[in-house]
Amino acid sequence: MTVRPLWADVPSSVQPTGTWRTFRPVIDLSKCTKCNVCWKFCPDVAIHFDGEGFPVIEYDFCKGCGICEVECAPRAITMEKEGP
Amino acid sequence: MARLTIPERELMTSGHLGCPGCGATLAMRYVLKALGPRIMLTVPACCWAVMSGAFPRTCVGVPFLDCAFEATGASIQGLRAGLDARGMKDVTVVGFAGDGGTADIGLQSLSGALERGVDAIYVMYDNEAYMNTGVQRSGATPWGAWTTTTPVGREKGQEKKDMMRIVAAHDVPYAATASIAFPEDFVKKVEKVRDIHGPRFFHVLAPCPPGWKYPPEETVRLGRLAVDARIFPLYEIDHGRYRITRKAGRRTVREYVEKQGRFAHLTEEQVAEIQRRVDARWAKLESLEKTTAEVPA
Amino acid sequence: MRTTLTGNHAQSLAAKLARVQVVSAYPITPQTTIVEQIAEFVASGEMPAEFLEVESEHSALQACISAAAVGARTYTATSSQGLLLMHELLHWASGLRMPIVMGVVNRAVAPPWSIYADHTDAVAQRDTGWIQYYCESNQEVLDTVLQAYRLAEDPRVLLPAMVCEDAFFLSHTFEPVDVPSQEEVDAFLPPLTLPYALDPDRPARLGSYMPPDSYMEHRRNVAQGMEAAAEAIGDVERAFFERFGRDHGGPLPLFACKDADAVLVTSGTAASTARAVVRAMRADGLKVGLAKLRVFRPWPVEALRELAQRVPRIAVLDRSFTFGFGGAVFQEVRNAVQSPKGGPLVRGYVAGLGGRDLVPETIRGILEDVLAHDEPDVSWVGIKEASAWPA
Repeated sequence: MTVRPLWADVPSSVQPTGTWRTFRPVIDLSKCTKCNVCWKFCPDVAIHFDGEGFPVIEYDFCKGCGICEVECAPRAITMEKEGP
Repeated sequence: MARLTIPERELMTSGHLGCPGCGATLAMRYVLKALGPRIMLTVPACCWAVMSGAFPRTCVGVPFLDCAFEATGASIQGLRAGLDARGMKDVTVVGFAGDGGTADIGLQSLSGALERGVDAIYVMYDNEAYMNTGVQRSGATPWGAWTTTTPVGREKGQEKKDMMRIVAAHDVPYAATASIAFPEDFVKKVEKVRDIHGPRFFHVLAPCPPGWKYPPEETVRLGRLAVDARIFPLYEIDHGRYRITRKAGRRTVREYVEKQGRFAHLTEEQVAEIQRRVDARWAKLESLEKTTAEVPA
Repeated sequence: MRTTLTGNHAQSLAAKLARVQVVSAYPITPQTTIVEQIAEFVASGEMPAEFLEVESEHSALQACISAAAVGARTYTATSSQGLLLMHELLHWASGLRMPIVMGVVNRAVAPPWSIYADHTDAVAQRDTGWIQYYCESNQEVLDTVLQAYRLAEDPRVLLPAMVCEDAFFLSHTFEPVDVPSQEEVDAFLPPLTLPYALDPDRPARLGSYMPPDSYMEHRRNVAQGMEAAAEAIGDVERAFFERFGRDHGGPLPLFACKDADAVLVTSGTAASTARAVVRAMRADGLKVGLAKLRVFRPWPVEALRELAQRVPRIAVLDRSFTFGFGGAVFQEVRNAVQSPKGGPLVRGYVAGLGGRDLVPETIRGILEDVLAHDEPDVSWVGIKEASAWPA
C-alpha cells in the first residue's frame, strides 16, 4: 500500500513525434549562413548544431511544421514530402 | 556561426504533444531560456496542461505543479510562501497560463495575487480563445473573430479584453507584452525583471494554427505581422512608465487578417473598422508613453 | 496549562503549537476568529508562519496545496459556503496527497442564509478523500488538530484532514481546555518531511494527465491511503494518550452500549447532550447507549460491525441531509451493519439542521422512537406544521 504520488519525471523525449510529419525539412548546407534562426524558432527543439555550427534536424522529433523553411532568409531549407 | 541572440540552454524537451507550429510552445521555450532552472512553474488547465503527454512524462526540466483552472494566482502565492517557509528563497515562482485561465476564469485569483503584491512572474500565453477545449471564445478573442461559440453569423462582438490595462490598474512593478516572433525582446524583458520582487506580468501573443486557421509554417510570420501592424504592440509598463519596445506601422490589419481563416468572413467595412481601432489604440499608447515618461518610480 | 478557550481559539492555538508554516484562509462566519487569532500570533512574532490573505476560499485551499507541494505544513479553516466553494480543490488536495489540516466550523448551507450549526457542509464532502473528525468539546478540537497532522502526514496515509466543530456551540463557547506545552507537542509531532516535495534539484511534474489505462490505479492508490488511515488512526490515538494522557475514544467511542437495547449514533455537540440523556434514561431503567461517531472518514466499518453484534437497535441522528433515503450517516451505518444473518434495526432521524437546538427532550424522543418501532424508517424530527411557518 505504498503511496504512489502523481510524480512525473520521465522526459518527453521518449515520445518520437517525428511520426506526425507529412513534410520534412531538408537543409542545403551550401546555402546555409549559420544564422541560427531555424534553431531559434523551432517549437519542438528539433534543431541542434553540429560540431561546425551547422543546424541538424532531429527527424525523430520534427513534426514538419515548416516554420524553419519560412524563416530561413537564404532559403537553405526546403520542405519535401515524406514517403514514397 | 553567428552569435546566438538568445540563451542556448534548453529546458524544454522534444516529444511534447504541441500541434505542429504551436506558438505556445515557443512561449514556454523562451521563458525557460530566460529564467534558467531555479524556478517552479504552476500551470492550470490549458494547452500546456496536456503538452507533456501522459503520466509519467514531463517536457520541461523544471518543477511543474498542475493547479485548478481558476487558481493560478493563488497557486503562485502558495508556492512562494511554501518556498520561503522551506528557506528556498532563490527559486523563482512562475505562473504560466492561457488567456482563458487568466482573463476569464482565472481573473479573480490573478487580481487577488496582484493586489497583494505576490512575488512571482506570471506569463499569460495568449492564443486568443479556449484552444485546449476546441477553440471557444474567450475574453481575449479579438473583435470579429470566428470561434466555435462565435461562429460566422454571430462572430465575437466584443473587443479583446485589455489585460495589460487590468494588470496595470494593480500598480504592479512590471508588465509587458511580448510576441513569440521576437524572442530577443521577450527574453530581454524577462531577464530584466528576473531578480526584482513583486508581481511581474507578461502578455505573450502565441499564434495557434488550428484555432486561427492558418498553415503551421506561418506562426512566426503572424506573430511578427501582429506586432508590425500595431495590432499587438510590444511595450512594457515599468513602474508606471510606458515604453514601446518595437516601433511599428509598416504593415496593415488587412495583411494580417487575410492570412487567417478565423477572419475570412470579414467585410471591407469590418476590416476598416478594425484598422481604425488599432490606429486609435496605438495613438493612445504613444500618448501614454509620453505622459508617463517622467513618472517617478 | 489549563485555560478557557473557544473552539475556534482551540483550533488556532493548535495550529500554532503544530508549528504550521503556511496559513491561508478567507473569512466566513463563524470561522473568522480562528484566522483572526492566527493573524495576531503571526503579527506578534509568536508564530513564524507565512500568512496569506486571499480573495476566496477556493484560492485559500489552492494556496495551501501549492505550499504543501513544496513541503510546508499548512492550515486553513472555513465553513458552509466556503467549504462548498472549495469542493473542487478538496479533490486536488487528496489526489495530490497533500497532508493539509483544515478546521471546519459546521454551518448550514444557503439558501436561505444560516450561520448556525449543521453538518451538511462537511458531510457533503464525504466523497473527496479527506479524513473527517467531528468534535464535541474544545479540548477535543485542540487535541484533534494535533492528531490530525500526525495522521495526515503518516507516510502510509498522506491525505488531508478536516477537524469539524459545531458553529457557535463550540466555535464561540468557552470551555476549560488543557493546553500542552510546545515541547510536548514537538515530541509528538516532528517537522513535516514530504516524500515528494517539488524541488528544482529533482525536477518533476506533480499533477499530470492520465488516460484510461492508468487513472483507476491512481484512484485505487488514493483509496488505499484512506484504508491506511483507518489502521494508523489507532496508533496516533495511542501515541497521543501516552504523551498527553487524554483519550478521545477512537473513531466510535461507546458509552453505556454493553447491554443496550438501543444505541444512538451521532456526531458533534449532540453527542454531549445525548450522553446526558442516556444517563437520565438509564436512571429510568431504559437500557440505552451512545456511540459517538468521531471519525466519519475513514468510515469505521469494523467498529460498527462489532457494535452491531451486540445491539439490536440503532438510531442514527444526522445533523445534515443529502437527499438520499435518510441521512448520509444513517445510510452508511445501515450499510455497515447489515449482514446475510440480518443485523440490528436501524432507523434514521434528520434533526438539528440550521442550528435548530437539539435539546434533551428531542434526543430522548429519538431513543424512545427506536425502542418503540420494529421497521427501518427515516424521519425528520421536530418539523413544524406548515401553518406554523413565518408568513
